[in-house]
Amino acid sequence: MAFLSTLFSQAINGLQSGSIYALVALGYSMVYGIIMLLNFAHGDIIMVGAYVVWMATANFGLHPVVSILLAVAVSTLLGVTIEKVAYAPLRSSPRLSLLITAIGISFLLENGFQLIFGAGAKVVPEFLSGPSLRLGGATVSFSAMVTLAVTVAIMIGLTLLVQKTRLGKAMRAVSEDMGAAQLMGINLNTTISFTFALGSALAAVASVLYLSSYAQASPTMGSMLGLKAFVAAVLGGIGSLPGAMLGGLVIGLAEALVSAVGLSVWKDGVVFAILIVVLLVRPSGLLGKPIKEKV
Amino acid sequence: MKKFVCTALAVCMALSLAACGGSGSGSSAAGGSSAATGSSAAASTGEGGSIKVGLLANTSDANANYGNAVKNGAMLYINEVNAAGGVNGKQIEVVAYDDKGEATEAVTAFNRLLDDGVTAVIGSVLTGTTIAVADESYAVGMPQITASATAPGVTLLDPEDESSGIRENVFRACFIDPFQGEKMAEYAFEKMGVKTAAVIFETGNDYSEGLKNAFVEKCQELGVTVTNEEAYSTGDVDFKAQMTNIAKSAPDVVFSPNYYEDDGKIVTQARQAGYEGTFLGGDGWSGVGPYASAEDLEGTVYCSAYAGDETFESAYEAAYGEKVPNMFAPLGYDAAKLMLAALGAAEDQGLEAGSDEYKAAVIDALKATDGVEGVTGSYKFDEFNNPIKSAAMMQLQNGEEVFTEMF
Repeated sequence: MAFLSTLFSQAINGLQSGSIYALVALGYSMVYGIIMLLNFAHGDIIMVGAYVVWMATANFGLHPVVSILLAVAVSTLLGVTIEKVAYAPLRSSPRLSLLITAIGISFLLENGFQLIFGAGAKVVPEFLSGPSLRLGGATVSFSAMVTLAVTVAIMIGLTLLVQKTRLGKAMRAVSEDMGAAQLMGINLNTTISFTFALGSALAAVASVLYLSSYAQASPTMGSMLGLKAFVAAVLGGIGSLPGAMLGGLVIGLAEALVSAVGLSVWKDGVVFAILIVVLLVRPSGLLGKPIKEKV
Repeated sequence: MKKFVCTALAVCMALSLAACGGSGSGSSAAGGSSAATGSSAAASTGEGGSIKVGLLANTSDANANYGNAVKNGAMLYINEVNAAGGVNGKQIEVVAYDDKGEATEAVTAFNRLLDDGVTAVIGSVLTGTTIAVADESYAVGMPQITASATAPGVTLLDPEDESSGIRENVFRACFIDPFQGEKMAEYAFEKMGVKTAAVIFETGNDYSEGLKNAFVEKCQELGVTVTNEEAYSTGDVDFKAQMTNIAKSAPDVVFSPNYYEDDGKIVTQARQAGYEGTFLGGDGWSGVGPYASAEDLEGTVYCSAYAGDETFESAYEAAYGEKVPNMFAPLGYDAAKLMLAALGAAEDQGLEAGSDEYKAAVIDALKATDGVEGVTGSYKFDEFNNPIKSAAMMQLQNGEEVFTEMF
């Protein structure tokens, strides 16, 4: 029984961090699905979102809800701006140029924030608090419950958006065949901007959930988080939304279980080993469609 | 239009890079040429002559807040002594170089100090640079004292082997890493009646591992059961899995020999995982206040080299217009005090400053130090040239770090 309750607690720990990976991985997957770009600046959008929350709550004393909305707004705007300024001019260039630009943007954001706010971590006052739940011998913290609930809600919302709305249809069409979609009268720029906006808004939500459990914002917080979310996206099958979700949760659970058995030092190693194994054995990921090379 | 925006952006980026480069080289140039004499009163032609002392600190790199604090602390004491007439009527002339926190720079700076003809060296600040300088100073028998390098290898020739012999000329004003671990284990056992303890430490961090090993060894010696030894790697933010394990064993205390940012997260997540016992830590906890809620931190005990000293703090503020930034400043002050006391002993023997006999006399005097009252405690050195002094026990009460007792 004691063993079961520990297992349950560790599973909750894994699902909580996995949910954050999943939200970030969704952003990676959507952007890749549309313009075949691995947007390595995506992790840093989370960092910006976290700093916005910090500024709003710690410096200006705004209400948590206002600061969350502000973070979503700023991140969305930033995501779209980056797309317009840095990626759009390179849309017809080789994909490698885009990738390098993405890495450049990532460095620019990290170092820019380090320059402005310093390298130290900023403490965000607790803004999501509530009673924790006791289930038998296990405790489920309030932030864990909120994180899981928000993630499930977002997943459902996103699925409806992509499957049922006109913009969702446009997104799917563009990801299937950009040229044909354009010929069918789909506005490419709007669709791509919308994808970036959506991904960045999800990143902002992820940053809020991240802060609810870790409470510190630092300039480099997005880099490892982003990389792990990238692994999650690849594991689930990059370009596939349910895949990103599944990948995130699997990565989170794997990390928690590795730490739980006392191998916490190997945590990052295990995550990247998963990446290598997936790329070797099943490059299209768990839920991805096998890639057909056009001849 | 698109082209224009791109070009403008590129120019902005190039400019910002150039600005970075410019300020970087500017500061390093300033650092390199900072052979500042310590005091305007350091007139070597004065009646009693002067004694040249070298000061090495990293004052322009990423850890410059440590180096500047040590330098300011040391200069504060030296200026006080000079203003009061110097040592044996001689002014102390300080030759200060910036070692930029790099071992090679530190060795170069030390060689320049030799050319300048210094009699003793205060420095360096970081462990790596201090060991690099210690190798050189050992070869020439130069008295050296570091304010803040905590690794055993600073004075021990082979840090793994206590019988390997020591660098007789090298001393330090701070605790060594294992000392804090032992102190906390003793404190937990004797003062808190602890029977079970767990540890969480950062792998690959010498400070964290050094404290943790000493703590665990001492616990075994005292008969305290160590229930969990949990580890994490640098940069981790999620400790919930480890904390769930610890919460399950429910030890009396958790020893977390880490730095404040991590400590804050560890405490918060431990409470979320349902752990209700007390946290113990080393001096890395200093400044943890804002990083976790007062409620979660309540009762945490850590040891520190410095408990607060009003006279020192007001003197520091008057001299530099800022509050004492960290414990490095008082340690720098004490390092200077120890060195100048030893210089005084050599002066009393009527030796000529700069000669080998003089340096040997300074080293002997440092070794024989007994009861020099610094702002961080009363000094005496053990067989490994490490200070024997009690630690200040600090406790978190309502989010404030409160000094409780010397232990």
